[in-house]
Amino acid sequence: MKTHAKKVLLIVPSKIVARGIEAVLSELGEFRVEGILTDLSHASQMRLRNIDADVIVLDPVVFDFVSRSSVRSHISEYSDAAVVGLQTIPMDDEQKKQYDALIGLNDDPVLIVRKLRESLDSRQDNPETEEYDLSAREKEILVCVAKGMLNKEIADACNLSIHTVITHRKNITRKTGIKTVAGLTVYALLNNLIDSSSIDL
Amino acid sequence: MGNDRIVFSESMKLADLIEMNWKLLNVLSRFGIGLGFGENTINEVCHRQGIDVRSFLLICCIYTYEDYIPSSEMLAEADPLTIVDYLQNSHSFYMDKEFNSLEKNITAMVASCDQMQKKIVARFFTDYKTHVANHFSYEENVVFPYVRALVAGKTHEGYTIEQFEENHSDIDEALSDLKNIVMKYLPDTCDTVLRNEVLYRIFRLEEDLAKHTVLEDGVLIPIVNRIEGE
Repeated sequence: MKTHAKKVLLIVPSKIVARGIEAVLSELGEFRVEGILTDLSHASQMRLRNIDADVIVLDPVVFDFVSRSSVRSHISEYSDAAVVGLQTIPMDDEQKKQYDALIGLNDDPVLIVRKLRESLDSRQDNPETEEYDLSAREKEILVCVAKGMLNKEIADACNLSIHTVITHRKNITRKTGIKTVAGLTVYALLNNLIDSSSIDL
Repeated sequence: MGNDRIVFSESMKLADLIEMNWKLLNVLSRFGIGLGFGENTINEVCHRQGIDVRSFLLICCIYTYEDYIPSSEMLAEADPLTIVDYLQNSHSFYMDKEFNSLEKNITAMVASCDQMQKKIVARFFTDYKTHVANHFSYEENVVFPYVRALVAGKTHEGYTIEQFEENHSDIDEALSDLKNIVMKYLPDTCDTVLRNEVLYRIFRLEEDLAKHTVLEDGVLIPIVNRIEGE
C-alpha cells in the first residue's frame, strides 16, 4: 500500500496545519506528504519544479490578494499536479474555480482523502504532455527577444496579442531555464537561431 | 529537522567550527582571520582580532543553517558595524577575487569555441559583473555610510533603511542563466572538466550570494530598523 501512495506536496505557511495534514494522510495511507513548502520563494520554486507530486495542496495565503486569481497559471509553470485549495480564507467563485478540489480545515479526514482522489480524477481527464523542445513559434519569438524587441513590438511583428507573446516567453523560460534577455540572446546565438550580425556585440 | 540543530558557542574551537561547515572558511577570510589558529577557541580568536564575537557567531549561523531566523535577542546583541564591515569585505571578495577566478575559468572553458561564441559568453559575464558592481556601489555609497552615521548618533534627513528596497532577483537570474548555458548549451568542443570547474564555482557563488542577501535583509535591516525606532 505504502509504495503506491500518491505523492502530495503541501504549500502551506503554517507548520501546524502542514504537520496536521501530513499526520491525517499518513494514517489513511492512500496519500503521502512528500514535501512541505512554506512559501513560494525562489528556493521553493526549484523544489516545486523537482518534486514529482501528484497533488499539490495549497493555502492561498501564500499569494497576495492580486495574484490569488492566477494561482493556477503560477503553479502550472512548475508542476502538472492537481491543485487542491485549502480554504483558510474566504474565496470568491472566480478564485475557487481554479482548483481541482477544495478542502477545509474542519473537513473529516476521510472526506479530505476523497476530495484529493477526486482532484486526481478531474486532472486525468485532461492530461497535458510536456514538450521540452522549443516550438517553431517559440523560436521565432526567442529571436525577436534576442534582437532586443519589446513585447509590444514582437506582438505587432508576429501578429499576436501581447498576452500570447508573454505566454510564449514564459514557456521559453520554462523549457530552457533561462530568464534574462541577455541569457536568451546567448542561447539563441549558441543554437544558431540568429547570427551575430543581427545583434551588436 | 529544526530542533536538533547544534548552536555554535564561543567556547568552541575554531577548527571544530570549520569541521562542521567548511564553507565558513570564506567567512573567516572576510573577517580577516587567517589560518593557523591552532587549538584556539572562537572567543580567543575573535578577541585577538578585535571582532565582536556575537556578530561573528550570528553570521556563522546564517551561513550554516538553511532558513535560519535569528532571535530578537541575537539581533539586539549583534553589532551593526561588524555586520556592515563584513558585508563590505564580502563585496571586495566577490569583485576582486571570485569574479576574476570565475572569469579565468570561463575563458579557459570557451577557448575551444569559435570567435563569436567566445565573445558572447565573455560579454554576458562582463555585463553581469557590471550589474553587480553597480548594485554593490549603491550599498557602499549610500546604505553602509547611512548605517555607520546612524550608529554614531547622526541622523540623516529623508533617508531610512526602508528605502533600501533590495531587489537582487535580476542579479540572481543572470547567474542562474549562466549556469544553465554552461550546463546545457555550450558546444561539445568545450572540455567537460573545465565546464565542471565553472559550474562548481557558480553553484558555490550562488549559495554564497544567497546568504549575503539573508544577511542584508534578515539581519542588517531589522537591526537598523530597531535603531531608527529608538
